[in-house]
Formats: sequence, structure tokens, C-alpha cells
Amino acid sequence: MTIKDKQAQIVEEFSFMEDWMDKYEYLIELGRKLPPLEDASKTEKNLIKGCQSRVWLDVKREDGRLYFRADSDALITKGIVSLLVIVFSGHTPREILDADISFIDQIGLREHLSPTRANGLLSMIRQIQMYALAASAENPA
Amino acid sequence: MNIAHIREQFPALHQKVHGKPLVYLDNGATSQKPKMVLDVLQEMEGKINGNIHRAVHYLSAQCTERYEKARTVVKDFLNADSEDEIIFTSGTTASLNLLAFSFGQTYVRPGDRIIVTEAEHHSNIVPWQMMCQRTGALLEIWEVDDTGALDPKKLEQILDKSEEVPKLLAITHISNVLGLVNPLAEIIQIAHYYNVPVAVDGAQGIVHKKVDVRSLDADFYAFSGHKLYGPTGTGVLYGKVKYLEEMAPWQGGGDMIETVSLRKGTTYAQPPLKFEAGTANFIGIAGLGAAIEFINGLNIKLIEDHENEITQKAIEALGQIDGCKILGIPGTYYGKTYEKIPVFSMTIEGAHPSDIATLLDRMGIAVRSGMLCAEPLLERFGITSVLRASFALYNTLEELDFFVESLKKVLKILR
Repeated sequence: MTIKDKQAQIVEEFSFMEDWMDKYEYLIELGRKLPPLEDASKTEKNLIKGCQSRVWLDVKREDGRLYFRADSDALITKGIVSLLVIVFSGHTPREILDADISFIDQIGLREHLSPTRANGLLSMIRQIQMYALAASAENPA
Repeated sequence: MNIAHIREQFPALHQKVHGKPLVYLDNGATSQKPKMVLDVLQEMEGKINGNIHRAVHYLSAQCTERYEKARTVVKDFLNADSEDEIIFTSGTTASLNLLAFSFGQTYVRPGDRIIVTEAEHHSNIVPWQMMCQRTGALLEIWEVDDTGALDPKKLEQILDKSEEVPKLLAITHISNVLGLVNPLAEIIQIAHYYNVPVAVDGAQGIVHKKVDVRSLDADFYAFSGHKLYGPTGTGVLYGKVKYLEEMAPWQGGGDMIETVSLRKGTTYAQPPLKFEAGTANFIGIAGLGAAIEFINGLNIKLIEDHENEITQKAIEALGQIDGCKILGIPGTYYGKTYEKIPVFSMTIEGAHPSDIATLLDRMGIAVRSGMLCAEPLLERFGITSVLRASFALYNTLEELDFFVESLKKVLKILR
């Protein structure tokens, strides 16, 4: 599935939920399902700055694709970062860099996050793009 | 007058957020304002507006009068000796930065020591760290114990440590995390025995306790208007005249000078104007005066009893929640009674404060989560985040019940 398809799928799932309490409960479920990072990966290097709770993002490169794993000590945050992992994991750096990230606005997530948390989300996306940029510079496809 | 009557005077409390009636429990961060204050701001912004202390015209005179009247109101509120001891600032943070700069310039030399406690807000830590960097002074930490209380013996140990006594003790009246009222009078007495002046962060203290700087014998007392039902961007630094007269000014500009000469140099005005460079927030300060007059018009005994009832019931109700741990429990520590204001910071096993606060927000409840600008204190307790519900005089027992019930619902979702 392309990044675009995955985003469309998330948007569809959220469209069935009427109020924001349901959407949060869904994010909490996603957060619970995301396998926790082992302590060895919860490093200072993997810690994303600018989040209200602690968020770690770990990346692995295999056959030219990036595989993300993430964790947070807060469940809703973990749910949100889980969406990012679903969307971006398993793609090439070029695909990630070229992607138009529209699902966050489409599901209304940005407007329902406080500005502090929206910044945190932005930091997560930037970190993913930075990893992709670093990987593509190392090995331009 | 009862709490319901007081509540009616705060328009912001009567609104819905996310379609639910607002339950505002983030008063430790900022309070809502009574109509009396809002009216002053509107009247002045819209009509009575002229820059103070300068012109001879009507509007300027009106504003100057209101600004200086606010100084008298603050002076009486603190029971200070004179208006000269009342410096207007933009808030506690500005007050403490002013103090750290001016006090540091005048009295602090390389190798000197400044004491801060481990329970301080960042505003009462970082300005002193910066001052130490500028002057070459050293920061001494008065550590809290496992309950968050401060052992006066530890202060005496720090004071006894070397021949050269520290230059200043900077301490909060009431920690914004713990809500425990420090026995200030006793602490100041100890410090003064060693000839160490004391600067008090009163951001929370001024809101919940009657502050009498003369009977406390505090050398400096800083607070904000916006937590005291007054306008944002207003604050006060009280300081004893003997220090203010000697201290170097912080910011330069208009209003703080006596004469300015490009060739002969500049001489400064007397305090408090020496520390009020530029156009002051005179409309805000007039609003702060109105906020204090509003408080003066209330039955303080009624408010204190009401806040104490909330504190007692909240500790009881929250204590029944499985895994809920409140930081700062009132009681007797080191032979002194530590009261608690209705500020409840807590950790709850199996649920992150930011998740709890997010879900409570959907239910109309405003609470705080995170480090509360007190990273060293949280680190002392080995935690990275707390949930804080902080009550004001207009919060009701029904709101407390609703908060506790909603918290239980949220925990069912999260745990």
C-alpha cells in the first residue's frame, strides 16, 4: 500500500467516529496495540524534543526501506505516533520525502490538539523526514 | 455573600467548552477575572487613556492618578511601610529577574553564595543561575525531604558552612506543585539571624494567604496580577527601601531617570520609579488595583473556610482512587504546621497525566499536566509529569465532585 492509500484508510476509519471522545478512545486502542520499544532503544538520541510527554522514535533500514518503531509514556501520544508509524514505515526515503501528509488535517487531529501538542506532532513528522533525508543522502536512489 | 454570588461576578466561568459547562481548575496557572476588573480595563482602553507621569493633560493625569492609587492599594494589601517599596512589573518572573539583576549588580561578588530551595518554580531558579553566571557567585540548594517539606536545620547547616554568609535566600511562599505553605516567618527569622536577606516568590502565596510583609519581615516579595484575579502582564516586586535605594537599576529608559546628559552622564530617579523604565502597563496595573479592591471586599474568613473544605475533601476523595498519589500532604513537619492550599498535583499509576488532562478537557474540565515549570522538584521525586487541579475562591464543592467522578471515568478508559 502506498503512503497515500494508507492515509486514505485512516481518514475513512476516523470518519465513522462521531465525537472526539470516540476518536481519543480509538487512538488509545492504537497506542495499546503498538509494541513497546525495549529500553535499549529508548535513548536520548531517539527521544523527540518538544513533546509534552516523552516520545521515542527508532528507525531501521532494510533493503532501501525505512522501518519505524516508536513508543511514548502517554497513551494518546502513542496512538498518534502509531498512526505515523503505520503511514511511513516500510517505505523508501524518496517516498517519505515526496509524501503529501494530509491525513492529520483531514481527520481534524491538528485542530483538536492543543498548540503545544500540535508542535509535538510536527516534531515527530520532522524527525521522520530527517531520517529519510539522511538515508537518501547516504544512498541516493 | 456566598460562593455562588462571587461566582456570578466572573463572566468567563459561565461558558461551555467542547459543548460542556466549563469547570476551570487551572487557577494555579492563571485565574479568571471579575467584572469589576474587566470594567476598569475596558473603560481605560476605550476612554481614559493617556501616558502616565509625563503630560499635564487631563487623560494623563487621570491615568497617573489611577496607577499611583493602585500602588497605595498594593502597599496596604501587603502592609508595606510606604509606596516607595512597591515596584510594578509585568509579573512574578519579571520581578524576580529584576531582583536577580539589580541585587546581583550591587551586592554579589565572585565566590558569594545564593541559596534557593529545591521546590522552586523555574522563575525562582533560572534568574539566580543567570545572576551566578554574571557575577561568579555559587548557587546553594536547600533540599526538600521525601514529603516535599523543608527542614530548617538544613538551612542552618548551609548558613553555618563557611565564614562568609550567603548573600540571599530565595524561597517560595507556597510551591506551585506541592501547595504547602512554607513557615515563612520562622524561615526568615533564621536567615536574618545570620544577616541573610530573604526574597519570596509569592505567585501562589499572595492568592491564598494574607501576606503582611512587615510581620513576616520579608526583604523582597514578588507576585503576579493574573493569578490574583487581575490582568495578565501585571506584577509587583515589594522590596525594603534600604535595598531599593542602593540597588542598581535593571532596565534603562524613560521615567526611571532624574537627569540625562550625554556629556555628564545620567542620574536615576528614586525607587520605585528607578525600576520602572519605559511606559508601564498602567491600564493593567489599574486593573490589578481593582482586583485587590475586589478581594478586600470579600469575607476572607468565608473564603479561607471554603478553600480549606475543598482541600480536605479533595485529599479524602482523591486518596480513594487506586494508585493516586498526591504531592504535598499537609501536616506537622519539623515541629511546624504545614497548611495546604487547594492545589493538588498527583501521579496516578497506569495513566499518564497528559492523557488524563486531554480526556478531562473533552468533559469541560481544565487542568494542568506536565512538569509545572518545576523540573528539579519533579526530578527529586523521580517523576517526569504530574496532573494538577488547582482551585480558586470561585470553585465549588460540586465542581470538586464532578472532577473526581470524571477522573474516575477517564481512568476506566486509560487503565
